Amino acid sequence: MTKHETHKKEPLMHISKRMDMKKWQAWLIRLGAFAIALIVCGIVSSILKPGSFGKFYAYLFKGVFGTPRRIWLLLQNIAMLLCVALAVTPAFKMKFWNIGAEGQVLMGALMCALCMFYMGGKAANGVIVLVCFIASMAMGAIWAVIPALFKAQWNTNETLFTLMMNYVAMNLVRFCVNKWSTNGSGVLGILHYGWMPSIGKYTYLLNIIIVAVLTVLLWVYLRFSKHGYELTVVGESTNTARYIGINIKKVIIRTMILSGVICGIAGFLLVSGTSHTVNANLADGRGFTAILVSWLAHFNPAAMALTSSLVVFLDQGSTFAGDSFRLGGSFSDIITGIFFFFIIASEFFINYKVKFRAISKKKEKALAEAVAVATVEVTEEEVR
Amino acid sequence: MKKLSKVLAVILVLAVAAALCVALTACKDKEEVELTVGLICLHDNNSTYDKNFIAAMGEVEAATKVKVIYKYNIPEENACYEAAVDLVDQGCDIIFADSFGHEPYMMEAAKKYPNVQFCHATGTNAHTAGIANFHNAFASIYEGRYLAGIAAGLKLNEMIAAGKFTAAEAKMGYVGAYTYAEVMSGYTSFYLGAKSVCPTVTMDVTFTGSWYNEDLERQGAQTLIARGCKLISQHADSMGAPTACEKAGVPNVSYNGSTKADCPNTFIVSSRINWAPYYTYVINAVREAKKNGTAPKIEKDWTGTIATGSVVLTEVNATAAAAGTQEAINNAKAAIENGTLKIFDTSKFTVKGQPLTTYKADVDTDKDRTPDTEVVINGIFEESKFRSAPYFDVEIDGITLLDRNYGN
Repeated sequence: MTKHETHKKEPLMHISKRMDMKKWQAWLIRLGAFAIALIVCGIVSSILKPGSFGKFYAYLFKGVFGTPRRIWLLLQNIAMLLCVALAVTPAFKMKFWNIGAEGQVLMGALMCALCMFYMGGKAANGVIVLVCFIASMAMGAIWAVIPALFKAQWNTNETLFTLMMNYVAMNLVRFCVNKWSTNGSGVLGILHYGWMPSIGKYTYLLNIIIVAVLTVLLWVYLRFSKHGYELTVVGESTNTARYIGINIKKVIIRTMILSGVICGIAGFLLVSGTSHTVNANLADGRGFTAILVSWLAHFNPAAMALTSSLVVFLDQGSTFAGDSFRLGGSFSDIITGIFFFFIIASEFFINYKVKFRAISKKKEKALAEAVAVATVEVTEEEVR
Repeated sequence: MKKLSKVLAVILVLAVAAALCVALTACKDKEEVELTVGLICLHDNNSTYDKNFIAAMGEVEAATKVKVIYKYNIPEENACYEAAVDLVDQGCDIIFADSFGHEPYMMEAAKKYPNVQFCHATGTNAHTAGIANFHNAFASIYEGRYLAGIAAGLKLNEMIAAGKFTAAEAKMGYVGAYTYAEVMSGYTSFYLGAKSVCPTVTMDVTFTGSWYNEDLERQGAQTLIARGCKLISQHADSMGAPTACEKAGVPNVSYNGSTKADCPNTFIVSSRINWAPYYTYVINAVREAKKNGTAPKIEKDWTGTIATGSVVLTEVNATAAAAGTQEAINNAKAAIENGTLKIFDTSKFTVKGQPLTTYKADVDTDKDRTPDTEVVINGIFEESKFRSAPYFDVEIDGITLLDRNYGN
């Protein structure tokens, strides 16, 4: 028996679930990952553009905080990304893999542009804005509820369904743009009616306020409402949900309507509040990035404000660096890619422990002893 | 764990300190150049279209000693306005934008910053918008297309003479972006160039519904080849069509610059707009104005030509081109320059079997696309005369549009 054990080959390393991580420790790991990523990005930058190691950091911050306008743009882009992240959160918390936010945002945007296009000049601006707002929310909800109905009724795969709906939405936008743009260039241009008002000279302030309010509302909804509780239970275990009498179909459909409505608002803000036009790339991948934002924040709307800030900061800063180094548009993708590689990896190290062979033998012994002591203590306590 | 966290803490502190030090030292700008120029690009060097703008800017930067700031991957939405005003913040005196859809956002920025010159390529609104510091520019690229078409026609003749197919089977294929005047003007002049040396030639055109979509452009070229097209040209911005031709061994007449490096066996020649003369023209105008303290004199709507050096052809690739191509191009070029050769000579083509005697084009952009200007004068369709951006959108005989499809 002992002979057998000595011959047993232990793997070089193995992974175990970590339960004892304190919050501050987890944050330290995250910050550490951020710092390492920052250094690696600097190195990558100096490989791509020799001698740019220092300048990379300068540009990263200059591109985001260099002028008041850039700070406004940062806040605006954070608001837009956060809005979509808020939209996907209830669905993901319910473990409904809605990767169709891109399409839902686009449909909201399209509906907004449609109202602006056909109502322009025929009604007061305020009326158009209001109609745009309602129509966008309704369209986002419709686009989201279709896969939800299919999921609830026939248990179809929502991942594929919502993904495919994105392409339908994109091509619907292309179709409409080609119908509306009169010269055949495939570009719609600015629509001059139905612009959301701006507060003073701050073009984006209203967008930012709307999203901030939404964030608080969604936080309250998820945390304190019965609906929020129900969708969490459905996400944890459908059997439990069924057992305690939650109508799962109803929860799925209701939650996806909510998801779609918020996507619709994002589309509305992008068109009426920002670009005043529509094209097939208007959502700009936010529907997918939002999933990362939401997930990294553990579906907590307040934390999502932080993660979306990080994403937008990196994108804006590294784009400026890429432009300044004349490295082209892919540079910022490389930088953000590296960052998220490290940040997602840090989540792994927060949740799991990696043990190596040599170290683990000693530690295992210590652990075994500790466990033994603990059990003795516990049993003693029970006896008392 | 404790050890790990300590190490991490140290690393973190060091990183932040390093970043700060570097940030502080690198903030100083040392260049002190007279003018700063911004260029807003729809894509970056990966797109042949944008590369053409960027490369020309590189030449001008060296020649005129201006400081250039680039903005890559700027979509045709509010981001374009933001890019433009950010360039203003960075001290730009002149801002160029390269894509059609940038125009309304450039106009917004121009209204806001009257002291900065906003120059937009391919746009149509400057001559009617009444914004003093907003300008459009384009080049009579149809002349270049015509010359490239001659190279295509000669290649067809060579293949006919070699017995590869009969004269009646001489059909070219063209991958276009949209059924938009710029594209239609381009493929029609290309066709007329080919027809001037190969009278039996016909052409099929397919549209991708996108200015830049490598997959669709490749598929478009493959479809045309499968339909019996013996030679391909394109007006779309990726390498999709040229590489599909190289793979299939079908000769290709390219656009926006040489694709010889990737397609050594099939690339014949490419026409392109050289933007350097326009950049230089604007830079000199602004410099002059600054010196005199006056408002710069820049044409509202500038048309580059062969004569200004704005329309150029790349080197002919001897491996793929027919013998005598360069001479034929040179002769035609001379004829265009001295005015004896008009590309859209209405005696050289018919529309539904009839000669084109009159045509009203939509020169002044409006929502309903109202035709407003008679452009056929003395038997010549006067392209780019009334506005720099093309307005030839007539469908002539001999060219078949396989689809009128804007998207798939």
